[in-house]
Order: sequence, then C-alpha cells, then structure tokens
Amino acid sequence: MGSVRTINLSKSVFEDGKREADELRAYLKSKGVFLVNVMSSPGAGKTTALISLINRLSRQFRIGVMEADIDSDVDAVRIAQKADCKAIQLHTGGMCHLDAAMTRQGLDELGADGLDIVFLENVGNLVCPAEFDTGAHLDMTILSVPEGDDKPLKYPLIYQKCDLVLISKIDALSYFTFDLEKCVANIRMRNLNSTVIPISAKTGENMERAAEYFIKKISKMGED
Amino acid sequence: MHELGIVVRVIEQVEKVAEENKVEKVTKLTVEVGEVSSVVPELFTDCFEWSKKKTKYLQDAQLELVVLEALSYCQDCEETYKTTAYAKQCPHCGSTNTYLVTGNEINIKDIEVMQ
Repeated sequence: MGSVRTINLSKSVFEDGKREADELRAYLKSKGVFLVNVMSSPGAGKTTALISLINRLSRQFRIGVMEADIDSDVDAVRIAQKADCKAIQLHTGGMCHLDAAMTRQGLDELGADGLDIVFLENVGNLVCPAEFDTGAHLDMTILSVPEGDDKPLKYPLIYQKCDLVLISKIDALSYFTFDLEKCVANIRMRNLNSTVIPISAKTGENMERAAEYFIKKISKMGED
Repeated sequence: MHELGIVVRVIEQVEKVAEENKVEKVTKLTVEVGEVSSVVPELFTDCFEWSKKKTKYLQDAQLELVVLEALSYCQDCEETYKTTAYAKQCPHCGSTNTYLVTGNEINIKDIEVMQ
C-alpha cells in the first residue's frame, strides 16, 4: 500500500487558456493583424452584418474570416461569395465555443500573414463563448431587434465583456416591441464603456459608422 | 456542453501534475466553482465521472466540488454585497457602478494522490 499525500495546486482552470490568449494577441499584434471575436445568438445576423461591414472595409484593408459552427459550411461559402475576403469554415465538433488554442489552429489554416483584419465568427451562443478568451483584440456582439431589448439582462457576461455591441435589423423596428433606448440602457448596465451602434445591414443604415469604428480601432493598435 | 470542455481542461492539468510528481494514482480532486461561473455542479460531476474512465491517473478519483459565494463591490458607496441576490445593482445605494469581486472562478484547489 503506497502513501497518500495532498498536492496543492490552487490553479485557475482558465490560467493556461488566458496565457495562450495573451500570447496569441501579442503575436498577431506583432504581425499587424487585428483579430475581432464576433459573438451573438444564432440568427442575429452575424454573417450578414459582416458581409456589409467587410465590403466597406475591404477598400482599405485585407480581410480574413473564420466561420465557426458545429456543422456545415454555409456561412463560409456565403461570405466568400458576397464579400471581398478570404474565408474558411471551422468545425467545432460539437463544442459550443472557441478558445485561443482553437483560434490559433484556425488562423494557421486561414493563413493570417499579410491580412490586416481577421473576423472570427464564433459559434452562435450567448453563454459559452463569453467565458473563453480567444486572443482577440476586440470582442463584439450583435443583438438583433427580434431577440428583444431585455437580452442584456438575461445574458450579463457577454455584454459585460464586449467592447462593441451592434444592434442589428433596426429596419424591422416597427414590427417588434423593441425599445431601443431601454436596450442601450440595459447594455450600459452591464458595461459602461461599451460602444453601441444600431445598424441595418439590409438598408445600410449606420454601417459606415460601424466601419469607422473599426478603422479607428485598427489605427490605434498600430500606435500602441 | 460547456462543462465537458472545462472538465477536459481540468483533467489534462491534473494528469500533467500526476505525471510530474510520479504518483501511482489520484484518489481525490477538489475543484472550487464560483456561484456565478455558469458551471452547473451536477453536470460538471456527470462529465467528470464519464471522462475519468479515459484517464491514466484519475480512474478512481473522487471529485469534491466546493461552491464559492459570489460577491460584488460598489464603487460608489464602497460596500460589498451578495451578487446572486442583487446582481448588478447595489442594494445599499442603488448604483450600478459595481463589479464582481469573487464568484466567477473555476480553480483546481488540490489533489490527493497515492504515491
């Protein structure tokens, strides 16, 4: 019979993940690649908003997109057809989110060298993606009008974490009981410093403003 | 779904420590889970019981989950309060200028090993 002893670890489960994410962020910065983690619930319009945004940014920047889904390649095919960018599909194999290690694998596959911006379209889910640092320089979420203005009350962490919130499908405002002002207040309650831009990828409303936001952020990364 | 990913990470880290310490096996594992870490203890335990069968050192390991209370701090009135009862709004002064101090963590506290 062997002897029993206790080994103290007192180690956060996320410690390795956080380190991997910080390393990835620094590496990408040294290469001049700005990584954006795009999160939202399924159907909020991530791909449509990205197509509209990329077509405004691609005049100035070389762009890559990584579409993460549990299955299928419909998003990658659609974005490659409709937007001026390099796109690949990542399959998470049932996983509900991406972490920095998976993101790095995706970037290797995409070939991020020579790109200025890479959008990582995370798995459509408001819970798990918010928990994991992907190594992105900017975390953003899209909240669509049909989802309701109370989403930030129900899923606090994602709104707390995001630097940018796009309220999408505002062309449909008249069909829904959605209080834009209340929605912004709910987002602010989670994060006082986040930028909120209501957009419609369909009509193009405020898309230039959203593009401007990215142009500013990217030039700022170069200055740091 | 999400618990399984975390369990996999926990197991990887414990197996590494077990290997480094040349233990025979891990008999017990204590994990601290914050009240608002979005981990469901029952699911976490189920995922652990399923995953441990595929490990080298944790086959017979017993899992103990310790739930850590969530506390928030108000930057306006400088009081601390229970997050699960009042969420983002301070019960002392009504401000929402608050942040979570503790309760979001998932830590591997310690392991009991047989040498």
